[in-house]
Amino acid sequence: MLASRRFASRPLTSFLRRNSTAVEPPPAGGHLPSIATSQYLRSTRERALHTPGLQWNDEDDPNAILGAERETRKMNLYQAVRDALRRVELSFHLPSGSPTSSIALTKDDNAVVFGEDIAFGGVFRCTMGLAEEFGRERVFNTPLTEQGIAGFAIGMAGMGHTAIAEIQFADYIYPAFDQLVNEAAKIRYRSGGSFNVGGLTIRTPTMSVGHGGLYHSQSPEGFFMGASGLKIVIPRSPLQAKGLLLSSIRDPNPVIFMEPKILYRSAVEQVPMDDFTLPLGRAETLVSGTDLTVLSWGTPIYHCETALGMLANPPAGIAPHVPESLRKAKIELIDLRSILPWDAETVAESVKRTGRLVIVHEAGMTAGVGAEIAAEVQKRCFLKLAAPVKRVTGWDTPVALQYEKFYIPDAVRILDAIVETLSY
Amino acid sequence: MASLARFRASRRLPQLVRAIQTSADTTQLQEKPADLSQPLTLRLSEDSFHTFNCDMPELDVQVTKNQLLDMYKKMTTMRRMEMAADALYKAKLIRGFCHLAIGQEAVSVGLEEGITSEDRVITSYRCHPLAVLRGGTIKGVIAELLGRQAGMSHGKGGSMHIFTPSFFGGNGIVGAQVPLGAGIAFTQKYLGSDSATFALYGDGASNQGQVFEAFNMAKLWDLPCVFVCENNKYGMGTSAERSSSNTAYYTRGDKIPGLQVNGMDIVATLQAVRYARDWTVKEKKGPLLLEFVTYRYGGHSMSDPGTTYRTREEVQRMRSTQDPIRGLQRYIEEWGLATEQELKQLDKEAKAAVDEAVEEAKKSPEPLVEDLWTDIYYKGTEPPFMRGREREEVHHY
Repeated sequence: MLASRRFASRPLTSFLRRNSTAVEPPPAGGHLPSIATSQYLRSTRERALHTPGLQWNDEDDPNAILGAERETRKMNLYQAVRDALRRVELSFHLPSGSPTSSIALTKDDNAVVFGEDIAFGGVFRCTMGLAEEFGRERVFNTPLTEQGIAGFAIGMAGMGHTAIAEIQFADYIYPAFDQLVNEAAKIRYRSGGSFNVGGLTIRTPTMSVGHGGLYHSQSPEGFFMGASGLKIVIPRSPLQAKGLLLSSIRDPNPVIFMEPKILYRSAVEQVPMDDFTLPLGRAETLVSGTDLTVLSWGTPIYHCETALGMLANPPAGIAPHVPESLRKAKIELIDLRSILPWDAETVAESVKRTGRLVIVHEAGMTAGVGAEIAAEVQKRCFLKLAAPVKRVTGWDTPVALQYEKFYIPDAVRILDAIVETLSY
Repeated sequence: MASLARFRASRRLPQLVRAIQTSADTTQLQEKPADLSQPLTLRLSEDSFHTFNCDMPELDVQVTKNQLLDMYKKMTTMRRMEMAADALYKAKLIRGFCHLAIGQEAVSVGLEEGITSEDRVITSYRCHPLAVLRGGTIKGVIAELLGRQAGMSHGKGGSMHIFTPSFFGGNGIVGAQVPLGAGIAFTQKYLGSDSATFALYGDGASNQGQVFEAFNMAKLWDLPCVFVCENNKYGMGTSAERSSSNTAYYTRGDKIPGLQVNGMDIVATLQAVRYARDWTVKEKKGPLLLEFVTYRYGGHSMSDPGTTYRTREEVQRMRSTQDPIRGLQRYIEEWGLATEQELKQLDKEAKAAVDEAVEEAKKSPEPLVEDLWTDIYYKGTEPPFMRGREREEVHHY
């Protein structure tokens, strides 16, 4: 198993194995062609500072530079995750009584980061340099022991510690399933509120990379959806990852934070350097529209973007399948961001206006997160629906290595679903 | 099968070491001071302990008369409480699952006697005595079993889910509490607290993979964690020999030293706990494995009569010859610390205290319907709503 883990530490592009008959090099953006030019990534400082829902956490710090002068830096997703972890760790080093101690109060002097290989930076480099900066007693490697890691983290969090554990791949979270569902999710309830593990955050890379195969490309968020007491968060971009991760760490409930692994390097945007959070449990509307709602989270957001572009301006080969009358349709795109609890209000409000919903996720269709959303939406919006809720998902098979490209709901399948739903 | 049975029998034949003895009548009085507020010196039998990569604890034990009487009272009270739970369950007042620790009192009471309120304890579902001893109340435990508001988890948990500030609860999943114990011990070490965690599990749980994961982490990082295997000889209905390739549970920690202890003699359990606490807290030698060899008189849970996988004679023999409470009673009487009448008076007080607690617990109302929806998420961070049983039953926060 170790050998298979190792490959991920190398650049993603070096693993793109195309059909053996192909000779040209793999595409620069991997299997995610739209990411380099995505409009949803905030490429300027101004746009980054005006992110909806962004909450600064240093407003009462006399030394902080506020307002339009705030600094941002170009980061990819793993750098943004690392920056968030640094933010949490850094606070420990603020001497109490210093002018900045007011922030220190709201921050955490007990945050510990641990997981398999994370002291060396982790396979995706999210924890690079943290051990050197903050010490091996706060940033350390664990054995290959997922159930042990989860249980150990729950024990720490039960003592009031801030435990930020990494499960190296979401595909390896199943040995920890019992600990997360039976211990972490239920301990507040079963102790009548006298115990909790609110300081627990489990970070784990999720979704496909284009070549991960059965055990490195799964999306297990749906398996946790019935575990009331847990929260599940999946960011779509570096800025979102930093803000949502800081919220997850500080949230007084246990949170599973799933980071789409293909975005670690390929998603790049301007990210504010200061301490900020984004709200949990709130979806974000990326594009407003009136004719159809597309709902997704994580990697497929960018496939949706491509599909929306193809609908308005279909390439020649696809154009015959996209009726002229549909090309001007105004599509609303929503990033769900929090899977549990999920923002039913925003989604239902949107579908009531558009009358049509297409849900896109990478996990298989049967009992995936889309099933729950579709059921709730048809209940809330029954009389407003103009077409059945459509789900574009992975197939109900394992994520098979050579077929991964076909497993992932890509832009063409999303476009097809949009056309079918619009012309229902 | 016949050949298999023969094979097993032949494997058991070469007894290289003497088995740990589990009777509570081998401790000798060495020295009795004239002033009984001063500690007595007792001497344990050498067969009270087996060691694995560590030295034997001192066989001379210092303990006061008051301590002995207090432990006697606690053991009696705990047994009374468990008997009351048994009766309430059979009267169908307690629902759900219920695992009683009758016969194993020397472990919980001896453990509590040897540790401080700074130490942390986490155990399996057989948790009622520890919940009381670690700062809870009998009323709180019985009310929890009955599912009443006065329960220590406000009636929302039940038998396996009882907590106090220094007791991380009963835990219903076999073995799941053990890695939590390692995490708790990590925080104690991180905070520089002079305390240890005692993570208890049974002989059945000792075969769970995560127990070994926790051992490894605890030794790797030298955590002040004492792994306590309560070996009551049966994991549910399977005897230790039929479930474990190595039934010497104290040797299963690999690099973690271990100590096997006569878990039926409370003087031995107390001495072992003191030894383990010194090992982890004073000497900072990392984790230690303690195995208490004990016996449960009842079934695994209330739905198990406890006689299909062992003979009635075996249970009867343990009860009559190796009972931890009767053993301590004999010591106290033989050493002239209290008379039979005085001990009977303690028995009566224990029964009265339990009866009163049961009556009070019964009077407590069931949890409010609204509380079905609380304590799932931290107050104020809940999802906007949660569904109930039917379409109309939706709770909005």
